[in-house]
Amino acid sequence: MNVAKRTFDAVIVGAGGAGLRAALQLSEAGLKTAVLSKVFPTRSHTVAAQGGVAASLGNSTEDHWHWHMYDTVKGSDWLGDQDAIEFMCKKANEVVVELEHYGMPFDRTDNGKIYQRPFGGHSMNYGKSPVMRSCAAADRTGHAMLHALYQRNVRARTQFFVEWMALDLIRDAAGNVLGVTALELETGEVSVFHSRATIFATGGSGRIFYSSTNAFTNTGDGLGMVARAGIPLEDMEFWQFHPTGVAGAGVLITEGVRGEGGILRNAKGERFMERYAPNLKDLASRDVVSRSMVTEINAGLGCGSDKDYVLLDITHLSPEIIMKRLPGIREISIRFAGVDPIKAPIPVVPTCHYQMGGIPTNYKGQVVQPEGGDLASPVHGFYAAGECACASVHGANRLGTNSLLDLLVFGKSAGESVVADFKAGQLDLKPLPEDAADRSLARLARLESQKEGHSVNDVRLSMQRTMQKHAGVFRFKELLTEGVTRIMDVAESAKSTYINDKSKVWNTARQEALELDNMIEVAKATMISAEARKESRGAHVRDDAPDTPEHPNGRDDQNWLKHTLWFSADNRLEYKPVHLKPLSDDVEPIALAKRTY
Amino acid sequence: MAINRGKVRWQCRRSLLELDLVLARFLEQEFDRLDDSQVADLEDLLRCDDYDLWAFINGSKPCEVARWQGVVAQLKRC
Repeated sequence: MNVAKRTFDAVIVGAGGAGLRAALQLSEAGLKTAVLSKVFPTRSHTVAAQGGVAASLGNSTEDHWHWHMYDTVKGSDWLGDQDAIEFMCKKANEVVVELEHYGMPFDRTDNGKIYQRPFGGHSMNYGKSPVMRSCAAADRTGHAMLHALYQRNVRARTQFFVEWMALDLIRDAAGNVLGVTALELETGEVSVFHSRATIFATGGSGRIFYSSTNAFTNTGDGLGMVARAGIPLEDMEFWQFHPTGVAGAGVLITEGVRGEGGILRNAKGERFMERYAPNLKDLASRDVVSRSMVTEINAGLGCGSDKDYVLLDITHLSPEIIMKRLPGIREISIRFAGVDPIKAPIPVVPTCHYQMGGIPTNYKGQVVQPEGGDLASPVHGFYAAGECACASVHGANRLGTNSLLDLLVFGKSAGESVVADFKAGQLDLKPLPEDAADRSLARLARLESQKEGHSVNDVRLSMQRTMQKHAGVFRFKELLTEGVTRIMDVAESAKSTYINDKSKVWNTARQEALELDNMIEVAKATMISAEARKESRGAHVRDDAPDTPEHPNGRDDQNWLKHTLWFSADNRLEYKPVHLKPLSDDVEPIALAKRTY
Repeated sequence: MAINRGKVRWQCRRSLLELDLVLARFLEQEFDRLDDSQVADLEDLLRCDDYDLWAFINGSKPCEVARWQGVVAQLKRC
């Protein structure tokens, strides 16, 4: 093997919240730990999380983890695993208080406790009334969290490999995970990171959609590596969308704009939400608003030359109110939509925001796959946490503030599992196979030798347009069927991407081509899983699975109360049961019910 | 040390979509016209925290470092 080799007890890929939380657990336990990140750690997308982190501390109102668990199971539309959800809600207070001790500048109550604010979907007494459960640091919670965790890691002497891109997972013939190959962007050289344990914390993949709130770095690298290595991806049909992203850019226009009186209009200028939600109109829930927008666009009532967006109108508000209460939104609209909302309405579309599915794990953060008769057998040496992982706590739909909680709890849990397995002598350094780097080297050699083909930008755009049209926020049988054929065609063209620049050092074109390989895996998983699931559940809503007395909200528990597993090699789907039983006897299972608010 | 433009290009990858969009336009429209000293100024600016950088660009916070002001002015136009 003619590539450099580095050896560690543990390698973590990704330095967002989950990766840093996991790294801390390992470094503080004395394990020799490497963290690989494409970008400087504090530029990870966790920084963009504003809302807060959920924990039933009960500082601002009475609260109990049982209620948090109920809200999370209900929010997941009963697709979440109740053992993992119990684990997360029970551990929430511990991980938040720990973070406080690391120096996280939480907002405070008058008596010095962590201040908590209300957030959508969170309730007391099993849905009876809103609860104050979100712990926040102003509107910069993710930013403050990431800085606190990074500094703590520096103190614990975690070794960072910054501006390194992991390329492929290394497995031996028995399927054990032995580390990753990675490209150092500064030199363009590939190295093998040989390790006893490998933790993926690579974040989401929201860039597979044309309209996405995600930063450019969210290209699903961990999911691509996992899919290529023969491990399935779970529940990839479930993506959370926000109704109002700026058309063509994705930047969010907060719900507050509609709260201030903003009105959604179609190409005829009609206030169409009056037809879909006569009472709440433009302030109906996110999913109702998103579906109504898509229905208008599909009926040919979209705006612009492609009739592919609707308008968010605040021109009836006084300029003083807009300048005073919505200055940031005005700036975003002028910059990214080219319109001053004082004078003209803002073009908006439902926009991809969060990935509920991912790498299948259990509540311990161990990656699991079907093996013999066991549908969730741990893969030796392999762990995952955060948005890239599917534990599954979010099921078919995530509650706000549960994503930052997810990365803290499961980042720590994955770290604890590695430390426990290491101390129990179960993580020996298994020998590297001769072909450890071959897959990665072949991918690079293909890009090097490709003399002509498709441009990376063109293929990425085709993928994004296909995903947006065929597997967006509101799904239709014929569009999904056609979408499967289309995305497989796009995947075929991705095999012959071509880059002009063949240099090695800081070759951003090459990096983007490698990222596209990962996004293509995620896109295929999403389209194929979505086409197959014939019900509506949570964020997966099909026109041909409507709300009926037999199937409330279109949900079909008899046939579809199960997790999807997609395998890349043969585009095959398998299913595994949802864990409806909690982890302990401390709490009763949350019985199936219609999800209504 | 010589400036590596590919490195600076990669460091335009940020945590916030707003910055990615502005910097992508900047890379497309302006970057190739910068001389080495301007690229060095940009590289220095890119060490900033992302929320500070966004505040400089959207004008909610003044940029008080003289050597960044030229490139901030260009970013504001993207």
